[in-house]
Amino acid sequence: MDDLPEKKDPKRKPKSGMSRRNFLKISGVSAVAPFAAPLIAATSVLEVEAQAATGMQGPGKVPVTLNVNGKNLNAQLEPRVTLLDALRDQFELTGAKRVCDRGTCGACTVHLDGKAVYSCSVLAIDAQGHQITTIESLSQDGKLHPLQQAFVDNDAQQCGFCTPGFVMACKAFLDHHPNPTMEQIKHGVSGNFCRCGTYAGIRAALMQAAKTAKGA
Amino acid sequence: MADNERDYSWPAPEKRSLIGKRLNRVDGPLKAAGKAKYTYDVHPPGMLFGKGVRSPYAHAKVASIDTSAAEKMPGVKAIHIIQGPGSEIQWAGDYVVEVAAVDEPTARDAVRAIKVEYQPLPHFLDDFTEPKNLPEDNGPLSPRDIFNMLDDDDPESTKRAVSAIQQRGIKFQVTPQLVERMKSNEVPEEVIKALQSAPMKEEQKTDSPYQKEAETVKGDPDAAFKQAEVISEGVYGCPVITHCCMESHGSIAEWTDDNHLMVHISTQNISASAPQYFQALSIPAGNVHIHQDHIGGGFGSKFGVDRWDIAAANASKKAGGKPVRHMLERDAELEMAGSRPSFYGRVKVGAKKDGTLVAWESHTWGTGGPGSAGAPQVPYVVNVPAIRRQYVNVRTHTGPARAWRAPSHPQACLITMGALEDLAAKLQMDPVDFLLKNIELTGTRANVYSEELKIASELMGWKQKWRPRGQNGSGPVKRGLGVSIHTWGGRGHSSDCALTLHPDSSVDIKMGTQDLGTGTRTAILMVAADSLGIPMEQIQLNIGDNQYPPSGPSGGSTTIGGVSASTRRASVDALHALFEKIAPALGAQPGDLEAANGKIQVKGNPAKSMSWKNACARLGAQPIQVVGKNPGPGNLIDSGVGGAMMADVSVDTETGIVKMNKMVCVQDCGLVISMKTAESQCYGAMIMGIASTLYEEKIMDPQTGRMVNPTMDFYRLAGIGDVGDLVVHMMTGKGYDERGPIGLGEPPTVSPMASISNAVANAIGVRVPFMPITPDRVLAALNQGANHAAV
Repeated sequence: MDDLPEKKDPKRKPKSGMSRRNFLKISGVSAVAPFAAPLIAATSVLEVEAQAATGMQGPGKVPVTLNVNGKNLNAQLEPRVTLLDALRDQFELTGAKRVCDRGTCGACTVHLDGKAVYSCSVLAIDAQGHQITTIESLSQDGKLHPLQQAFVDNDAQQCGFCTPGFVMACKAFLDHHPNPTMEQIKHGVSGNFCRCGTYAGIRAALMQAAKTAKGA
Repeated sequence: MADNERDYSWPAPEKRSLIGKRLNRVDGPLKAAGKAKYTYDVHPPGMLFGKGVRSPYAHAKVASIDTSAAEKMPGVKAIHIIQGPGSEIQWAGDYVVEVAAVDEPTARDAVRAIKVEYQPLPHFLDDFTEPKNLPEDNGPLSPRDIFNMLDDDDPESTKRAVSAIQQRGIKFQVTPQLVERMKSNEVPEEVIKALQSAPMKEEQKTDSPYQKEAETVKGDPDAAFKQAEVISEGVYGCPVITHCCMESHGSIAEWTDDNHLMVHISTQNISASAPQYFQALSIPAGNVHIHQDHIGGGFGSKFGVDRWDIAAANASKKAGGKPVRHMLERDAELEMAGSRPSFYGRVKVGAKKDGTLVAWESHTWGTGGPGSAGAPQVPYVVNVPAIRRQYVNVRTHTGPARAWRAPSHPQACLITMGALEDLAAKLQMDPVDFLLKNIELTGTRANVYSEELKIASELMGWKQKWRPRGQNGSGPVKRGLGVSIHTWGGRGHSSDCALTLHPDSSVDIKMGTQDLGTGTRTAILMVAADSLGIPMEQIQLNIGDNQYPPSGPSGGSTTIGGVSASTRRASVDALHALFEKIAPALGAQPGDLEAANGKIQVKGNPAKSMSWKNACARLGAQPIQVVGKNPGPGNLIDSGVGGAMMADVSVDTETGIVKMNKMVCVQDCGLVISMKTAESQCYGAMIMGIASTLYEEKIMDPQTGRMVNPTMDFYRLAGIGDVGDLVVHMMTGKGYDERGPIGLGEPPTVSPMASISNAVANAIGVRVPFMPITPDRVLAALNQGANHAAV
């Protein structure tokens, strides 16, 4: 199992009891494409149903506090608002992008307690109490993180719309695989899609970033 | 010196400080940091969220619309009817009513609260079944019909065309512009005369979805087939696919006063978007401000201002001018914001035993939705001496086609190269040898293709790896190789470059162009800095706004030639003005000076020089302002490129799964300005092509008339693990550089389907006729055992 991505935390219990991803699973429409999907551990249907019996919120707006990049941010949000939409439309953190809006393409990837998640598939109210890290915090004082620099050096981006999500997915992958093989890379960041076709650059960027990290 | 004598030509290889180098893209850091702002990221204060009611029917009349419940909802600020009662809907998902609300959930609820009654009409979606036994079309001719009838090599074709024009009449106006265009395309004088006196006729209205185009005949195909010693017949094709831009289509429209509209829009067409608002809203184009910093993909689908953009502007007006953002959700994006036409064909092709091609016959058809599918021209690139071809356009109730990287070429290439590979297999010839045997049929670029095929063969290890069809191992996993060649025009579009040299030594450039991620910003700065002899960082580049001098839309690989040429001319003109100012101080004539390494120096005597800073300081209070244009003086650009592609695949004959091992792309694009971003275009083209070969299909449900897979889990793109090893080789140096930059966005996207599907056929011994090559289709082809699939 070493080469599998640790993308979704199976132990994380959604507070509202029903994340969008789980909802999709229950309704049986989340038949992910067989050859590209990263293996994402599933919360069992029974577990979700048990959680759903408690702690209902909404449907009106409720106060929400999110810890984003080390700061507490407050907003009034309907419980159905996703973490992605909260970040983008409430807090102007527009690095994470809305593309597929149903947990397939990875353009919305952020970190929740250090693990990569699809922020389109996490409700904002569920993200409370967790450390949320977005692409905006990765570069410090105008200096790119070595992984971001590796993206630039290897031209791992064209239009760049998928890039922030890819960088965050790659960051989480490298945190867990400091010495990645090419095979691990092919599986480990397969939860993100790029339409311009920058995968050759992304592979090279991951290799460069791993090397830089070792040298540092 | 008069302007037309000034030397604008590209610097000689030894004089190039930046052009052709492998530099990082200039907006790379901003994008990697997540700080690049796209249209979807723009969020002006007070912005409303636009959403639309969309038709569930593929073909229907709007009967009634009741917005009363939505109007009463708190937070709903505007409701605008886009297509009122009586309107006829032509594809599922089309917008009927626009809503703008304070937040997105409210807008969603309001859309649900609007009641639209439809009167459903029968729809037609089947583009796959071969249109057979269609009656001869004797109706008036279209321009393309006439083009189809003409054959440069056959004087009889002129007579046939003239007689057809006189008998059938025409269905278009013969404008002076059209005559000009025909003359430049060498349409014979007799034909133009016949057109000018031809009767204009109304097309008979028909319920048939099929439009049969005039047949093209070149040479004597019947006689040629009799002479052929080997004939191969087959069917080939690819379905409609979508653009699937990561950033969906859409805009933010805001009336800043009663007469002025501010628009942020995701577009490939900054400079020509405002007039489209004029057409829809009667607002003077000069009062529409268009802006875009970055675009999340276009691929040919973002030239127009769309129905939803106009709806957002109308909703903004109703909401007192507040900005309204309408970005498409993914399902709308996939259903109707762009698709590539399908193309299917039954082909017969014949050759002599030594591989000499003699005859081609094809019956092809495809759909581009309610309009035209563009009629891809086959045979592609390889101009077989005797040809008969027939094309039928199939009109369907699906979202309309838009330009998709290299319109018509990938489809034409698939069918041509597939048929040629099958013929080569029947001749028991290596397909590379077969192409080389017939390479003169490619015309003026025969030498380019020969050179490219040689390089690609080496990079692929073709000679060592290639095995004849069906001899690719005894185990269940078969390995195969495929090859294809392609072309594209790519002449630079019109472009104005406003360049200012300031007395403080800074330089700024303003251009109404856009960077699709192709590296346009990087290329402009490389040209300007190389020409001015200063670092790129010293130049401030502003693009993406229609307040800047206009540049053409970024489509058809026309941007690099356009912006490079206008920037080069602006730089040379600005330098010339600077030289005139400082020549006396250096005791030289302006013509004796050159700019290099941050200095202005006397040619051949670099010791006599002045720093860039000091030279600019001599301008006093007056900056130098010039506008460089394309087209313009000097021969800076050209058109027409060649490329070769090879694919290496493994096919599991038990599961039907195709795995990409390796692809090689060898591409000519004239003078390469920015090597790194040019190579990225080729990598990206191969990857996009792998997806359209193995995964992509816009699947329509014949019962409901709706797209079955408008999500990214069911509309599959290639992932990072799906693409194998990728090798890119750009043709450079003598024979290429002196042509100047030629566009690159399209050409490498042409050959992937052809080369990969040929590799699959080589691996498993039978043709998988239709894209995408999914496991079920591989298994079906293996079961069938030969290429006689009944279409």
